[in-house]
Amino acid sequence: MTEIVMPRLSDTMEEGVLSRWLKKPGDTIAKGDILAEIETDKATMDLESFESGVLEQLLVAEGTTVPIGQAVAVVGDGSGMNESIPGAGAPAAADDSTGPEQEAAPSQAAEAAPGGEETGGATYEPTEVKSEPAEPAGADQTAPEEAARASDAAEEHPAATSPSGRIVTSPLARKLAKEGGIDLANVAGTGPGGRIVRADVEDAIAGTRGTGSPGTGAGEPEARSVAPMAHGEARRRAEGTERPKDERVMLSNIRKITARRLTESQAVPHFFLTNQVNAKRLLKVRADINEQLAPEGIKISVTDLIVRASALALRAHPEVNASFDTDAVIRHGRVSVGIAVALDDGLIVPVIHDADQKTVSEISVETISLATRARAGKLKLDEFTGGTFSVSNLGMFGIDQFTAVINPPEAGILAVGAAGDHLVKKGKKLVNVPKFSITMTADHRVLDGATAAAFLRELTELLQNPMRLIV
Amino acid sequence: MTSRSGTVAEPVEASEPGAHGYRRPLTRADHVAMPNAQVMTYRQALNDTLRQEMIRDDKVFLIGEEIGVFEGSYKITAGLLAEFGPERVRDTPIAEEGFTGAAIGAAMLGYRPVVEIMTINFTLKAIDQIVNHAAKIHSMFGGQSSVPLVLRTPGGGGQQLAATHSQNLEVWYAHIPGLKVVAPSSPADAKALLLAAIRDNDPVIFLENLALYNTKGPVPDGDEAAEIGRAAVVRAGTDVTIVSYSRGVLTALEVAERFEAEGVSIEVVDLRSLRPLDRRSICASVMRTGRAVVFEDDWLTYGIGAELSATIAEGAFDYLDAPVRRVAAAEVPLPYAKPLELAAMPDADDLARAVRELLQDTRFRK
Repeated sequence: MTEIVMPRLSDTMEEGVLSRWLKKPGDTIAKGDILAEIETDKATMDLESFESGVLEQLLVAEGTTVPIGQAVAVVGDGSGMNESIPGAGAPAAADDSTGPEQEAAPSQAAEAAPGGEETGGATYEPTEVKSEPAEPAGADQTAPEEAARASDAAEEHPAATSPSGRIVTSPLARKLAKEGGIDLANVAGTGPGGRIVRADVEDAIAGTRGTGSPGTGAGEPEARSVAPMAHGEARRRAEGTERPKDERVMLSNIRKITARRLTESQAVPHFFLTNQVNAKRLLKVRADINEQLAPEGIKISVTDLIVRASALALRAHPEVNASFDTDAVIRHGRVSVGIAVALDDGLIVPVIHDADQKTVSEISVETISLATRARAGKLKLDEFTGGTFSVSNLGMFGIDQFTAVINPPEAGILAVGAAGDHLVKKGKKLVNVPKFSITMTADHRVLDGATAAAFLRELTELLQNPMRLIV
Repeated sequence: MTSRSGTVAEPVEASEPGAHGYRRPLTRADHVAMPNAQVMTYRQALNDTLRQEMIRDDKVFLIGEEIGVFEGSYKITAGLLAEFGPERVRDTPIAEEGFTGAAIGAAMLGYRPVVEIMTINFTLKAIDQIVNHAAKIHSMFGGQSSVPLVLRTPGGGGQQLAATHSQNLEVWYAHIPGLKVVAPSSPADAKALLLAAIRDNDPVIFLENLALYNTKGPVPDGDEAAEIGRAAVVRAGTDVTIVSYSRGVLTALEVAERFEAEGVSIEVVDLRSLRPLDRRSICASVMRTGRAVVFEDDWLTYGIGAELSATIAEGAFDYLDAPVRRVAAAEVPLPYAKPLELAAMPDADDLARAVRELLQDTRFRK
């Protein structure tokens, strides 16, 4: 007897609607048969059987929303047609002729046995050991509230290593994370076996983590901090007692997600387009805005202007604000621009939703807030999902030009380089013009060269005529 | 029990909170700051205190092997026979069960005997008297009689006295309700805890240590008794807590000195009393530091450190950044050969190693 469960049919899927059953109980099915239709957040897809046998039970009705991994049907040899739904409690072991007194009944049967009947599976209630009896006259009674309780003997050397998936953390780190609002899933542990210790949480709270590759436009470029060398490593090197060893750095959750998503992205046929943007007016406008908005404490970055320009260009080119989905291209109604933010141990792309409807200063304030909370691991789900296009700016790291990897299911990402002086012929003179490169990576399933080029030209025009970003 | 009312210092509830809901832990400075403190050996402090109590209360008498004419195997009772006479300084046959039982009887009838058993190893000869009589009489006879007995005995190895004469069996007694077990680490505490033990109405095992007898420290004049059941922070620190008692405290202080040079601030908690155990002070220290090492002369398995670790896990769980580390003796009968004896006993290097590993495991930084 095998359970058929709700499969994960897309990356963003968390649950699916079982919209229609295509088989009914009693049907004989073969591996590969389509059992049902499932509606995900993106499309209606087929539920394919990986089992052969008789479809014994349908566990959910049509139209039911089912989380991933939950059983929806049972396939067996046909003998289980009349059984109740498994997991809802097995019937008493009626076919067990030996009876419960003969031998310890299986726990499931024992639990389902009628009350009062003696079974071998009686629940063991831990007995509380009495705290110390009163000491003789004048004795100090110092046994604290946490009187000794009976407990299973702890192992001599409790395991510090993790079964996969479990977050291993010291109690102190857990407490500090709770107090600091840090999600431990986003914290990399540096203790034994990857245990998260106080120092890791303090790093996360302070947001002082070393910067990785792609940066953010929020704020000024920060000095690259070298990741602190593990205490032990420093000591061994200093003493010269050991040859440097390879280190196995366990993946943090964020690193795992980053790795998986970027690997997925390799399945997308990419192509690249680069343009040089004359930044003279853009830098002037930025300086003017910052001068005028300084009393309000607003300081916009080049990235803020690029996000705004991208949003406007996307609104003008809806074919770019799109995603590929099996048999269709989805043109998104909202324009939501993600900004790549480097974390110490991964990459996250917080999203400015409806960026086309926000002013540059609104975008600036929101970006700073998102980037700060991203580094602290405090983003809410909808603040880093649902993007329709992304911007990655390594200009502050002095990178002239680079290509970025598409953040699926988005169809494009813009890689922004550093502004530098370029000699341009003006009349008969050569003049210095600040320029930076923008390189668009496009999903070729959604966009062709000409469409992407039109978008990039529009974007370049906007950036070179920045008043259009403001009015 | 005529001697009771006038002589017993009322013990304060050890876990009673102070004015701020939290009582300040004792520190070494509390003793050092006392006026008229003289520097003397641990041995001298014990000798002076016995004499002082014998003068103060004529119900106090000493009993044990070789304590009179020979003045004690470790000379703790030097000069007392000459001063107080054989009625109050009783030499006995080699019969621990007999003279311990005699002292228990005397205690029940109002005397305050101070028994010396030459080493803790020989208390095994008297263990039925200690565990089944001294510890139980008050409870089993409905409080009609108490046993205000002190049993002084040194433990510890390191003197090449071989396996049967080098043990640390205090945990056997610390396990028994009805007994109190104190273990001074300094001359000042030797005095203050001996005063408290003699004036206490319950049987008190007073643990000395062969390696401590010649250590020196300031001992205040006067007769201020310690509060049994109260630990002391003998060195304040912020990064690691080392909990120990008796000789182990000196090792802990030595290790703390070593680490201070590296910018690591170690707090040392001296238990002073193994039973009652000052759980609150232990946990309070670990709550400050987040890291704990317990250091004991006895064996690891079921040792004092096991109780301390459990106490910390129960009382300061959310403050631990790593598991509590235990440093204890090798699980062997203590060898006679000097190099092997030293190898088997936990020392400052063992303790320092555990501290260092703990710092690494928690990515310590200043």
